[in-house]
Amino acid sequence: MHFPYPFPVGRTDDIFEPVAKAAELALKEAAINLPPDVKRALEGAAGRESNPVARGEYVNILRNIALAEELQVPLCQDTGVPIFYLTIPPDIPLTTVIYDAISEGVRRATKSVPLRPNVVDPLNRHNTGDNTGVGMPIVHVRPGERFTLTVLPKGAGAENSSRVAMLLPAHVYGIEGFVVETMLHAEGKPCPPVVIGLGIGGTFDHAPALAKEALLLPIDEMNDFEQKICDSVNKIGIGPMGLGGDITALAVKVKTASCHTASLPVAVNVQCWANRHAAVEVKRE
Amino acid sequence: MKRIARLTTPLGDEVLALNAGDPVELSGVVYTARDEAHLRMMKEGIPFDPHGAAFYHCGPVISSGKIIAAGPTTSARMNTMTGFLLDAGVRALIGKGGMDQAVRELLRGRGVYLAFTGGAAVLAASRMTLEGVFYEDLGMAEAVWVIRLDRLPLVVGIDAHGGDLFETVRASANEAYDRYRSGKT
Repeated sequence: MHFPYPFPVGRTDDIFEPVAKAAELALKEAAINLPPDVKRALEGAAGRESNPVARGEYVNILRNIALAEELQVPLCQDTGVPIFYLTIPPDIPLTTVIYDAISEGVRRATKSVPLRPNVVDPLNRHNTGDNTGVGMPIVHVRPGERFTLTVLPKGAGAENSSRVAMLLPAHVYGIEGFVVETMLHAEGKPCPPVVIGLGIGGTFDHAPALAKEALLLPIDEMNDFEQKICDSVNKIGIGPMGLGGDITALAVKVKTASCHTASLPVAVNVQCWANRHAAVEVKRE
Repeated sequence: MKRIARLTTPLGDEVLALNAGDPVELSGVVYTARDEAHLRMMKEGIPFDPHGAAFYHCGPVISSGKIIAAGPTTSARMNTMTGFLLDAGVRALIGKGGMDQAVRELLRGRGVYLAFTGGAAVLAASRMTLEGVFYEDLGMAEAVWVIRLDRLPLVVGIDAHGGDLFETVRASANEAYDRYRSGKT
C-alpha cells in the first residue's frame, strides 16, 4: 500500500494524512487477517493435538480465522488497545504531527473497521469511545531506512496474565521456571494456545517492552533456548482455553538487552492465539 | 467425539444430565452480561424473565444493528456476582476460562457452565441474530444484548453435579508443575 508524502517535506502537516491513513489500514489489517506464520503455527498445533476437547477448540479457531477473512471483519471482539512501532527515516521530522496523525488513524479505524472502543480512564473508567486517550495509542519510535508503522493490538485477557520479576542475577536458570509458573497461574484466561513474549535484561521498565516487541518476531521458528522453555510450558497440559491439551504455547520468543550486573529483569508478555500485528509502509511520493 | 447435545432456551432439567467435557450446540435466546451489567442487575433487578435463561459473558462489537464479533470474555471476573442469577432460575452461563469453586457449588443441581472458544468471535457472530438491548447506556461492551443463537458450538466446562473440566486440568497442571520443579532441584 502506498501513502505518498511530498518530498522534501515542507510543512510537517503534509505528513499528517498519509500517516493517519497508514495507521488506519494497519489496524484494519491486524484486526482481520492473522499473519501467515501465526496461521501456520495454529494449523500445525491442530494437527499435533491428541485431546478430543482441544481438537474441537481448534476447529472453532480455524473456522473463525477463515470466516473473518471471508467477511473482512475483526476476528475477535476484543480488538485490543493500539500499540504502534515506528521506524522513521532521516528526512522525516519527528514532531507531534506524527503522533496526532496516528491518533486520528485510530479514531478512523474504530469507526471504519469497526474496532470495539476499549480505552478508558484508569480510575473513573470513562470510555473515550474512540480508542484514544492519555498516552494511548502507545507509540514507540526508532530510526530506520524506511518509514514504517507496525501495529500490535493487544487484548486484555492475555495482557492481564503477563508478569514481570526482578530475579537474582545468579538465577538465570530460574527464567524458564518463571515462564512456566506464569502459564500455570494464567490457565485458560489468556486464550491459549498462547504466544509468549519473553523480555530478559534491560531495566524494570524495559524488560516488559522487550517482551511485547518479541511478539512481533516470526513464531514458526525458535532457537534452542526458546524451544526448551516452550516444551516445558507444554508439559503442564493447560491446553486450548484451559480445557486441557498437548499444546499450551505455540511459541516462546525472546528479546534481550544488557542489564546491570546486580539485576536480572525478566518479563513475560502473554499473547492469545490471535497474535495480531500488521505493518504498513509510508512511501515517498 | 461424543454425541453433540442439542439444546434450546429456555432451558430446563435437560441441562442436569450433561457432563463436563460434553459437546453442546445451543440455540435460542441468550443475554450478554459483563461486570457492569451484573452490578446493575444486582442493584435494580433482572429486566426480563430469567427462568431457564442463558447468560453469555461477552462484550460484542455491534455495528448498524448487526453483530460483527461476539467471542466470550473471561468468566472468572463474574465469580462473585453469579449467585443471584442462579437463584432467579438461570440455567446456563457461557464464557471462557471457567469459574471458581463457589460457582461450581451454586451450579450443583441447577445449571451448567458452557465454554466457548475465546477469540472465536466471528464464528459466534455467524450463529447470531440481534433481537434487542438493555442498559445501552453502559456502552457497547457492557450493555446486555439480547441475541438469538443458531447452534453455537460449546463444550460443558462445569456440569450440574460437581464435574469441572477446568478444575481437572488445573489439578493435573499443578501435579505436572510439581514434577517439573522437583526435576529442577
